[in-house]
Amino acid sequence: MSWLDLFRSTRKPPASAGLARERLQIVLAHERIGRTREDFLPKLQAELVAVVARYVAIDPGRVVVNVDRGGDMSTLAIEIELPGAGGPARR
Amino acid sequence: MAEVIVVTSGKGGVGKTTTSAAFATGLAQRNKKTVVIDFDVGLRNLDLIMGVERRVVFDIVNVIQGEARLNQALIRDKRVDTLSILPASQTRDKDALTKEGVQQIIEELSKEFDYILCDSPAGIEKGALLALYFADQAIVVTNPEVSSVRDSDRILGVLQSKSKRAEDKREKVKEHLLVTRYDPGRVERGEMLKLDDIQEILAIPLLGVIPESESVLRASNTGMPVILDPESTAGQAYKDTVGRFLGENLPHRFLDPAKKGGLFKRLFGGRTA
Repeated sequence: MSWLDLFRSTRKPPASAGLARERLQIVLAHERIGRTREDFLPKLQAELVAVVARYVAIDPGRVVVNVDRGGDMSTLAIEIELPGAGGPARR
Repeated sequence: MAEVIVVTSGKGGVGKTTTSAAFATGLAQRNKKTVVIDFDVGLRNLDLIMGVERRVVFDIVNVIQGEARLNQALIRDKRVDTLSILPASQTRDKDALTKEGVQQIIEELSKEFDYILCDSPAGIEKGALLALYFADQAIVVTNPEVSSVRDSDRILGVLQSKSKRAEDKREKVKEHLLVTRYDPGRVERGEMLKLDDIQEILAIPLLGVIPESESVLRASNTGMPVILDPESTAGQAYKDTVGRFLGENLPHRFLDPAKKGGLFKRLFGGRTA
């Protein structure tokens, strides 16, 4: 053990309990809402895809849904890949 | 064909999810395409331990019931790009999992991944049985404590009678013992079961020993699998465990009490990292 290790062993990692509390508050807030309301994401996705498909021929397999649940704000991103200009898309 | 590995224990709270997260991350770090599935429907926690709880969109039940495609439910890890997570449902009840549904998911995942890790719920009910049913290998997580050892023995019996391999009368599920929360100091003082005793009682090959470590709580607080913490003895022990699983011959470390260290270390908290 070199003398430098003496200092190294005193270096404490940052306290993590605060982060645990924050993460729990966010995840539980969202889960508690979810308990009183049905899980709408599958339905929302199906309906959105159906609306878009009325105008553009799309592959239902090329739909990416992302959410990011935050404390003050969450984002829901639905990415629907549209076929290229040479594809079967209607104008 | 992917290799299906169940992480199981019978008893709750012994470190299945911590192990699943660390082991899956470790395999992925070795460039193995790895997916880890949470089988604890109704009480999901792997998402929290992996730090992806804010990004869960769909879950295993959505996929089984045809409400989402498998690739939509998979969450790609942002730290290790060969790693994916399939979360459990938090709202549905356990009956939403079916053998046929799970089989379909595992078959589809087999095409894309090298390893499929199944994080089992505690107990020997439906979720636990489904988690182990398709397994080729099992990691039995055991604490040096009487009830944990007994429950591990019970789950070994279940593996030998209720797994698909057992039903099909094929070569049996390959069993690995992983002892977690091992405290060499307490073992030395005679307060805790010795590794040799656990091995002798359960009589399955030892894959690894994870020392009791403060860094495990820190890892779960922050949602970062402990194997990503290079300072952590537990993280290093998990790294060795993954190496051994992949065929490397590595000695078991952290089996002896940590040296006391100088006055400095004792004053400023030279605790188990």
